[in-house]
Amino acid sequence: MNTTKITARSITDREFFYGHKACAGCGGSLAVRHILKVLGERTFTAIPAGCMSAVGFIYPQLCFTGNAIISTFPGTASMLSGIAAGAKALKLNNFHVVGIAGDGGTADIGIQALSGAIDRRDKVIYICYDNEAYMNTGIQKSGLTPFGAKTTTTPAGENIRGSVTHKKNMFEIVAAHGIDYAATASVGYLQDFINKIQKASQVEGTSYIHVYAPCPTGWGVASNTTVNIAKEVVDCGLWYLAEYECDEFTLNRNPKTFTSVEKYLRSQGRFKHLQAHDIEHIEEMRDRKWERMRRLWRSV
Amino acid sequence: MKRNAFISGNDAVAEGVRLSRPHVIAAYPITPQTVAVERLSEMVEDGSLQSEFLHVESEHSALSACIGASAVGARTFTATSSQGLLYMAECLHYASGGRFPIVMMNANRSLALPWSIYGDHRDSLSQLDSGWIQVYVEDAQESLDMVIQSFALAENLDVLTPVMLNLDGFTLTHTYELVELPLQEEVDAFLPPFETPYKMDLDNPKNLAFSSQPSDNTEFKYQQHHAILHAKQVIRNIDSRFAQTFGRSYGGLVDAYRCEDAELIVISLGSTTGTCRVVADELRKEGWRVGVLKIRFMRPFPEEEIVKITRHARAIGVIDRDISFGFEGTVFTNVNSALSRGNTHIPTHNFIAGLGGRDISKESIRELFSTLKKISKTNDTEQNIVEFLNLNVATND
Amino acid sequence: MSNRPTVQHFNSPKHISDYPVGPAFRAGFLTSTNAGWRSERPVLVAERCTLCYQCYMYCPEATVFKITGAVDFDFDYCKGCGICAEVCAAKAITMIPEKR
Repeated sequence: MNTTKITARSITDREFFYGHKACAGCGGSLAVRHILKVLGERTFTAIPAGCMSAVGFIYPQLCFTGNAIISTFPGTASMLSGIAAGAKALKLNNFHVVGIAGDGGTADIGIQALSGAIDRRDKVIYICYDNEAYMNTGIQKSGLTPFGAKTTTTPAGENIRGSVTHKKNMFEIVAAHGIDYAATASVGYLQDFINKIQKASQVEGTSYIHVYAPCPTGWGVASNTTVNIAKEVVDCGLWYLAEYECDEFTLNRNPKTFTSVEKYLRSQGRFKHLQAHDIEHIEEMRDRKWERMRRLWRSV
Repeated sequence: MKRNAFISGNDAVAEGVRLSRPHVIAAYPITPQTVAVERLSEMVEDGSLQSEFLHVESEHSALSACIGASAVGARTFTATSSQGLLYMAECLHYASGGRFPIVMMNANRSLALPWSIYGDHRDSLSQLDSGWIQVYVEDAQESLDMVIQSFALAENLDVLTPVMLNLDGFTLTHTYELVELPLQEEVDAFLPPFETPYKMDLDNPKNLAFSSQPSDNTEFKYQQHHAILHAKQVIRNIDSRFAQTFGRSYGGLVDAYRCEDAELIVISLGSTTGTCRVVADELRKEGWRVGVLKIRFMRPFPEEEIVKITRHARAIGVIDRDISFGFEGTVFTNVNSALSRGNTHIPTHNFIAGLGGRDISKESIRELFSTLKKISKTNDTEQNIVEFLNLNVATND
Repeated sequence: MSNRPTVQHFNSPKHISDYPVGPAFRAGFLTSTNAGWRSERPVLVAERCTLCYQCYMYCPEATVFKITGAVDFDFDYCKGCGICAEVCAAKAITMIPEKR
């Protein structure tokens, strides 16, 4: 088991996701790239129908240099369980099984299979790259679309201003299973994400990482802002970096003050329509969440 | 030494699975399949079956997990029924299109609504176009034997297609019969471990289940179609190889009974055939020239056999334990298509029977043959050729 | 450029047997580039580069790669998103319009 910290200097030069057709500046593809770099060549990857499979598996252009397979949309976690069981029964050694699904594929259509895999404690890594809507089909609302976000199925009009629901709390839903390891991350804080992938790879049972991954196309931002937005969302408190293991939650980052929520929201096309009281509501929800996390969770 | 056991159809399938040594079993319980997966769980527990048993949370996950296991080259088995089979529907096409040689038992059961846990063929026949090989068995011995044969068929590298093994719910799954249990070493020799180059391999990485462009999709589907057509010969070969080893032959794609000189032939699937044979014997004694043709494989469809075996008949009846509402039974459609391609002009008649567990009695089979006799004499094609057998009430027709 | 897949020649199938059996094919097989997507391209001023490799780390395409004393770009696959320039604290990378 290699526990040496993986850094910009030490990370392998090998690439396992290359030549894909994702939009320029895609946060999801950045997540996939590092997941596979950390896990290495002895990895079986399952990716459901969605952006990352649509951009990486178009015969004959096949962009995963390791073993990879598209799963059904609801079946990421169940396929992972099958791969892990098959590989175990065939007596393969020293390998990883990872699933990389989007927010809809995880929190909506795939949540049943994910729950089952965690319940069985199958030795698989499940990573949700969260770009907060069904992007591959053209930016429709998912269970992880935040309050107020404009999508093609939650239009911002006179009567309703974007999504009226808040993000499902996937991290704590997963943790409530008593999973061996769960974490949240952001592609804006890559070192933290890489550390968590490495940690997940060493867990004996199931592990889950929920990584925030901006989508310039769906969010109405320039392609070069992906990383900045992914940092800012953590800095303004609308996303958080945390871990769950051994029945305990830990906040990896607990800023004394938050940067401006309004600035974060206003910089994105999907939130342009929000009114002052909408932003106040979003801030209130953030504060309520942080009050609870700070009260109940360990902090480093 | 060979052993005999007094076991049910479900038990027989479990015994066949144990002898086939799958690496991974993933299943979700549904009546009337449950006993099969309970037995398999017990075999895993007592160590007589060295399989990874996944307690999945749905039928979709059962088949999805089997696909994942198959994608790394593992031999896999699952079992379902009725609503569960429909819940798998997406994965059925996925498994066949991906050429994953999974074997699945399906306990044939009616579909809701109205709810019914009892048998008919509407579940599997509604999935006839899902790209699976479909075999229908008649008794417990055939159930056990066909599990072993199904793995040999599915895993043939020129076939590489999943196989759905259909047992009539309750009538077969829950009926106890004396079954001969083959010896493990004989099964091992008959069914060697699965080896395939088309898998995710740590030494030779592959991308599987990819997307295709319009420029390539048709070719993949052509390939799939021809693999199943090719399966016809493989089925016949496996049947004779099985007979050499185990002394039992099931006739390949069909099983014809007293059809050689038969004027009236009834075609059926599964356990109904037994009743038909009993009635045929009785009628033969009374001087009727009748025969029974059991279709064992609905896909690939035995069109050549059907044409050949029925060519001297003067009327053909098809029993369908299903109906494509607004038209006719699916077996009937398939039989008629084969007959028309064979350029035969024998009058055919469709008997919709046994829906939702309705008994198909000897009397109703006699009635069926009487209808066929009438048709053979009058050659009347004007009448309603889709008939519900054994309706309990009067209708306006 | 080591360890990066490059475009390979692909013989389009002429016969049905040229197709793989089902959708299973060689991993990491590239038949086309993404260069045409770019409207801007990154340019490095090597003297300013501190070798922090943040550009390399944050590139979603993996098209920034390490060379001795600097980084370079795989212009076959760079889509010109500009993230590398954005994350460069030393401002060693600038985006310039792509000439056609």
